[in-house]
Amino acid sequence: MGIPAKIVEIEPDGMMATVDISGNRRRISIMLLPEAKVGDWVLLHTGFAIQFVDEQTANEQIKLLEELGQKDV
Amino acid sequence: MFEGFRRADLAEKLVTRIKEKAKKHYKFMEVCGTHTVTMFRYGIRKVLAPNIELLSGPGCPVCVTDQRDIDWVIEFASRNQELVFTFGDMMRVPGSKQTLFSARENGGMVKIAYSPLDAVEFADKNRDETVLFFAVGFETTSPGIAASVKEAKKRGLKNLFVYSAMKLIPPALKVLADDPELALDGLILPGHVSTIIGSKSYEFLARDYKIPCVITGFEPIDVLMAIEALIDQIDKGEPSVEIQYSRVVRPDGNPKAIETLFEVFEPKDSVWRGLGTIEKSGLGLMDEYKEFDAQSKFHLKLPEPKPHKNCICGEVLKAKKKPEDCKLFARACTPDNPVGACMVSVEGTCLAHYRYGRERS
Repeated sequence: MGIPAKIVEIEPDGMMATVDISGNRRRISIMLLPEAKVGDWVLLHTGFAIQFVDEQTANEQIKLLEELGQKDV
Repeated sequence: MFEGFRRADLAEKLVTRIKEKAKKHYKFMEVCGTHTVTMFRYGIRKVLAPNIELLSGPGCPVCVTDQRDIDWVIEFASRNQELVFTFGDMMRVPGSKQTLFSARENGGMVKIAYSPLDAVEFADKNRDETVLFFAVGFETTSPGIAASVKEAKKRGLKNLFVYSAMKLIPPALKVLADDPELALDGLILPGHVSTIIGSKSYEFLARDYKIPCVITGFEPIDVLMAIEALIDQIDKGEPSVEIQYSRVVRPDGNPKAIETLFEVFEPKDSVWRGLGTIEKSGLGLMDEYKEFDAQSKFHLKLPEPKPHKNCICGEVLKAKKKPEDCKLFARACTPDNPVGACMVSVEGTCLAHYRYGRERS
């Protein structure tokens, strides 16, 4: 399972970070996603950030579905 | 975040569109236990039946772990009185004689790891204790385990060992694609494995086997979009590997994670429950990291594994049988008292059928 989390702090070594998951803070590794920055949304799995989560792409997908729906109805 | 992917109005529209398009019978397979759960929880299987048949494949890492591997780790935990770290889902999977959970009740030292780095931290703080990490998982999990092994080497740990039962998804998909009995019309591909390996790793399925594929997220709208996209691919006669789960999956996946994984591990033959031995579908430590290999360090002699004679987990994992076809299902085998691995894991097909939809076949 993977869950989206927002990076709130990166430690000086650039390997560990603190994320916010629905209000809870957790220390995670960004070894597999070294270009992660504070403010990024990432997918968290077994203590590692494994990928960036792109909110804009998600919103665009939903918008497209809404429009397609309108045309069809 | 992403509440849109649970919107009932969008789901209704998608269901209407799918039903209009699905003029014949389609057989699709999902290869991730979390998809199985989404399909049941939101009633997707029921609402799209009978024209759309959704099969569950070998997409639960706990379920496909070979009994021999489970027996080995249970024996290690019980016999040596040494510490085993593993993910929580493995605790209740029955081995030939007992589970890791019962081994712990009988005095074995078994701890649940949230992250493989927990085992590294523990081994670092307790250098006189031997620590074994039972590594189970697909490509979503294995890069983190590889990164943890690298970290252990960096810290010079000599007391941490890894028992690898990790598996790779594309070789298993090839076995399914090669099976003439299955004759799949499309594959709903795992979202989180694909965040690591990207869409390119599956291209052979569309190119060589002409199977339409969609990499899919885990919300109901994701799954419905994927099903519509599969039908569209079939209608156009152009099988491809589409990314529906575009908010986290890129064609190249996560190159840093893949690089880390194959710096530490290399593909080796591996035994899957139900599917048997699949060439180069497992992960073994590279020579540079062999010092962490539990099986090279500890030689345990074990009797042949004894699978429960009525358990049909293997057939369920191949989608050849349904949980309801099993004599034990919902009788001798329940979530409180599981006989087979598929009833244990939250991603297990039997558990999903038990919780959300007791179908009678």
